[in-house]
Amino acid sequence: MVDQGVGWRGDLRDSVPAIRFQSVGKTFPDGTVALHDISLCVQAREFVSIVGPSGCGKSTLLRIASNLTPATTGDVVCAVPQDVGYVFQDPTLLPWRTVEGNVKLACQLTGIPEAETARLVREAIELVGLRGFEKHRPWALSGGMRMRVSLARSLTMSPRLFLFDEPFGALDEITRQRLNEELLRLFVYKQFAAIFVTHSVSEAVYLSNRVLVMSPRPGRILTEFCVPFAFPRPRAQRFEAQHAALVSAVAQELMVGSE
Amino acid sequence: MSTPAPGLTGDPQDTIRDVSSTRLSPRRPSELFGFMVVVPPLATFIGFLATWMFLTYVILEPDRRFLLPPPQDVVRVGFLNSAHLTEILRALASTTGVALMGLALAAVTGLTLAVGMSQAQWIERSLYPYAVALQTIPILALVPLIGFWFGFDIRSRVLVCVLIAVFPIVTNTLFGIQSVDRGLHDLFTLHGAGRFTRLCRLELPAALPAIIAGFRISAGLSVVGAIVGDFFFRQGEPGIGRLIDVYQARLQSEQLLAAIFFSSLLGLVVFWAFGMVAQLTVGRWHETRSDTTIRGWRAKSGRALGT
Repeated sequence: MVDQGVGWRGDLRDSVPAIRFQSVGKTFPDGTVALHDISLCVQAREFVSIVGPSGCGKSTLLRIASNLTPATTGDVVCAVPQDVGYVFQDPTLLPWRTVEGNVKLACQLTGIPEAETARLVREAIELVGLRGFEKHRPWALSGGMRMRVSLARSLTMSPRLFLFDEPFGALDEITRQRLNEELLRLFVYKQFAAIFVTHSVSEAVYLSNRVLVMSPRPGRILTEFCVPFAFPRPRAQRFEAQHAALVSAVAQELMVGSE
Repeated sequence: MSTPAPGLTGDPQDTIRDVSSTRLSPRRPSELFGFMVVVPPLATFIGFLATWMFLTYVILEPDRRFLLPPPQDVVRVGFLNSAHLTEILRALASTTGVALMGLALAAVTGLTLAVGMSQAQWIERSLYPYAVALQTIPILALVPLIGFWFGFDIRSRVLVCVLIAVFPIVTNTLFGIQSVDRGLHDLFTLHGAGRFTRLCRLELPAALPAIIAGFRISAGLSVVGAIVGDFFFRQGEPGIGRLIDVYQARLQSEQLLAAIFFSSLLGLVVFWAFGMVAQLTVGRWHETRSDTTIRGWRAKSGRALGT
């Protein structure tokens, strides 16, 4: 984990899925059934998006994947559990720390040596395009930049599996598209696996190998769409007919499924 | 698969808020604002002095004028007479010392209690109701008992300060720690942070604004406690409260009013000092209102200096 700062090297662990859900269900103590019989397998270096109506348990799925919340039924098998990066809906930055201090946090909590941390932090800040902003505090940054800081903080750990919980949901369309493009470039460069939860169908299609559509609560996986386009995907991809057709197919499925 | 070089991003310059422009932008409104800040309180002060003179010279007959001597007499006798002034300032220093000692002890006790309560629910359950109860007991009712048990010297004065000042520190610290964003807690959980790391790296820094707000309230209360203590516990060096009592008994109204003025000043300075502490520690984190006000003020003084 520590030794793979730049790029990524092949590993035997690539042959096993990054994470596998087997008939996972979640019932909250108050009786709410959030998830029902979820089976899902995300391969190494695969980008999977999940779309679904509000409150269908998408976030719960990620919390279970990262072991923040235990599942009620079923099994979750994660290839390297300590090697999971989580990008929350909010940037979750410490307001008293600078950009640099915030990016450093994950390394500090994990106990990575000082010199190594400094190198990883510099690299992550570079990767998300925040060079020159190291000494800024979160309040001086825009929403998009705060999200970049959050992303950089996860990148320092070079996780094998990334969980994204609507990370760009609160951003304006232009910033969101730009961050989508950058995220894809990071994906191609760092070769992680990802589960990306979003409300935006076109975002899901643009980013993913597969798009899963979930039903309203209790959340189940209704349909799975494969996205046939190769990486790296150019920005203009979004305007092609094939892409648009897929987006409308997913959107239609989402609409029908939510009724 | 092609691997693009790192440094992947476009120029994010356009997405940052321009900090420097917010510092200087409100030109004319801020001058008007400065005028509006100075004039109304000044008018109130002049009105206050006028009412005072009216009461002294018109309402009170000359033989009862000692009840409220005119402002210029207060200044002459209380402030400009060096013997009187020294006496008042020495007592004020003694009271300030007691208040600071009480505040320091209240801070240590209050923080310890609050941290304990935040870390273990059984501590909170067993102590918090009593912390609330302590606040509802009129401390004045306890004062004779404190003297009875601990003597009538400085120890009892400090104890009164602690009893009065500890509660806001406990509640504010506890509130601050308990209001930490859940997402940040999740983040620390994900990276396997232990309880101590969580406390030092997340909970205490996040609670700092609330803690300082608590200190600010407690500092004011501590001054009140010290003056109350002066009245009751008269052994040792006299404090300003004792002096006020003496002046009142001897009908030395000018000195009485001067001593009261200095007591108020002490409270004000303490409040202001903690405001500065808050500004220096927490002010850099976020754009609070006071932060922008100070920035505007700096911009103004910068222009005045021709920068």
